[in-house]
Amino acid sequence: MASGVYHGINPGMGWPLAVSAALMDRAPGSLRRALLALAAGHLLAMAVILFPFAALMFIAAWHEEIRIVASCLVIGLGVYLLINRRHPRFLARVPPSRLALWSFLAALAHGAGLMLVPIYLGICASGPPEAGHAAAATLMGRNLVLAAGVAVLHTGAMTLSGGALAVAVHRWFGLRFLSRSWFNLDVVWALSLMLVGAISLLVGH
Amino acid sequence: MNLRPDPTFHASPKLAMQAPVETLAFTLMLSPDGSQPDGVAVVDVDPSSPTFGQIVHQVIMPNKGDEFHHFGWNACSSSLSPLSGHAFLERRYLIVPGIRSSRIYVIDVKEPRDAKIHKIIEPEEVFAKTGYSRPHTIHCGPEGIYVSTLGGGGEDGTDGPPGIFILDCETFEILGRYEMDRGEQDKHYDFWWNLPRDYMVSSEWGLPPQFENGIVPEDLLSNKYGHKIHFWKLRERRNVQTIDLGANHQMALEIRPAHDPSKDYGFCGVVVDTTNLQGAIFTWWQKPDGTFEAKKTLTIDPRPEAPENLPPLLQGFGAVPPLVTDIDLSLDDKYLYVACWGLGEMHQYDVSDPMAPKLAGKVDLGGIARGTPHPNGKPFAYGPQMVEISRDGKRVYWTNSLYSTWDDQFYPGEGGGQMVMAHVGADGGLELDKDFYVDFPKGYRSHQIRLEGGDCSTDSFCYPSA
Repeated sequence: MASGVYHGINPGMGWPLAVSAALMDRAPGSLRRALLALAAGHLLAMAVILFPFAALMFIAAWHEEIRIVASCLVIGLGVYLLINRRHPRFLARVPPSRLALWSFLAALAHGAGLMLVPIYLGICASGPPEAGHAAAATLMGRNLVLAAGVAVLHTGAMTLSGGALAVAVHRWFGLRFLSRSWFNLDVVWALSLMLVGAISLLVGH
Repeated sequence: MNLRPDPTFHASPKLAMQAPVETLAFTLMLSPDGSQPDGVAVVDVDPSSPTFGQIVHQVIMPNKGDEFHHFGWNACSSSLSPLSGHAFLERRYLIVPGIRSSRIYVIDVKEPRDAKIHKIIEPEEVFAKTGYSRPHTIHCGPEGIYVSTLGGGGEDGTDGPPGIFILDCETFEILGRYEMDRGEQDKHYDFWWNLPRDYMVSSEWGLPPQFENGIVPEDLLSNKYGHKIHFWKLRERRNVQTIDLGANHQMALEIRPAHDPSKDYGFCGVVVDTTNLQGAIFTWWQKPDGTFEAKKTLTIDPRPEAPENLPPLLQGFGAVPPLVTDIDLSLDDKYLYVACWGLGEMHQYDVSDPMAPKLAGKVDLGGIARGTPHPNGKPFAYGPQMVEISRDGKRVYWTNSLYSTWDDQFYPGEGGGQMVMAHVGADGGLELDKDFYVDFPKGYRSHQIRLEGGDCSTDSFCYPSA
């Protein structure tokens, strides 16, 4: 939930595009449509990252190893983003009419999906201990549902917080708020990735 | 990288108009015969300053013969779209290309009165990485810094068509050509775009042999200069439509889209109609089905003149053509300024109805066979040419040189570089400021002007004013 709000209020994840869409078309409905497209792209990016991990989790014996690998991946991406502050240029090639695609690619490229993996693994591990003895198929089903739940909850929180900001800017605050409230979160973002990874590593041991 | 967006980035044109006014201008200085290196003059435009109307700093280049013409910023308000990922760039560098040398200078103006060269891209690198030559218009946009060129490869720039290439907006490395499908585009001049609507418009002057050694009258009279405008899917890098304005509409130069991106039209200035010597403005617009159309919405008549008063080039015509060489649109999309470099007039048109421009103001200054002096009594060489409008729309600045070799053909024997400023009345109208008259150092001419913090031909906006 918290990670969703965090992603949502970050202008870099797209809410200003919803404001722009509403102003361009002079129709508040366009704001809703743009938010939905952004949410769909983000949700898909979460799913693409989380589901493989969910599938792997049925190998109950490897929980520990998977968790360590995932944590290291997240920390690694954080370190990479800290050193390389440049945003991938291919994102600028996506036309404004394809917001879902842009949102999907942006979430993947900035590791928004990967950030959820340690959180998800943490939730899996905190499940009832007897789950470990359940049939593999049941376990896998439970993991997939959990993954979907995490992705939906996260995207929901993100869309609500980003949407609230977009509506507020569109109706009350005005566009001036956009440049005033936009902070460079690149470093904070990279550090958050490293932090999430580190917590996951430590909790696991 | 900044922690907040640069304070000179504005979400909408309306917000840009409300921003603090400019106190400095950057104006290009060019040595027409290449005897001195070109430079960038920093001009004090703050009326409360003791050095108002004076050049307070000069950045002089280490090379000669660059011939500066147009230039632009490394970053502008277009960075405020999350799509680009460039929200924290600084508006700090001026990208200044030499159209004769193909060399590109990056000037650091963070401390404007101590501006200095940050990087030089040598011509060989431009040729090798792009196959283009003679870089011209600069715009900052989604993929970095876009640079239009006037020439293709080879010694005279006719080996392959000219086009646009992209510079990295942080390292200023050349990334490569822009075009993936140029359609029938084979000449180039200006370009600009509408970012949310994802289209670009480009125009045509002529190929290097048609301008470098002066205008070629035979080519002009046989309609061989550019007369088409091209519409592109900006991010697909594809020419989707070409509109021929008619072969007699020679030299379609400046492209000025409405600044408010929710408006779907713009303007293009045509230097001369070879059937009647008129200058013209075309209005182009996007139709609901996404295709484009263009229509001539304004003509400016030539002025009859006795042949003995005319330069040899024009004696056969017995008239002074207006020569619409530059146009600029105020940020509220209300006034279009049209430089009539031949007549020696700056026109102001109310284009609230873009299909029916109405003359709202006019200033006489310089001009072929007329040479109207400045109200302060001093001479103004050539005619009003490169024009730039303050963000708030209240002041209009312009200089006088068109292009070294062309100046000498249309105004033989004249010389000098001047920059002047006019005030815009509350309901239109245009009046020269008696106290603002910049006379450039001996041997220099003046060309494009950029205003501190952005102006009316640099910034592209991602959000409508409404």
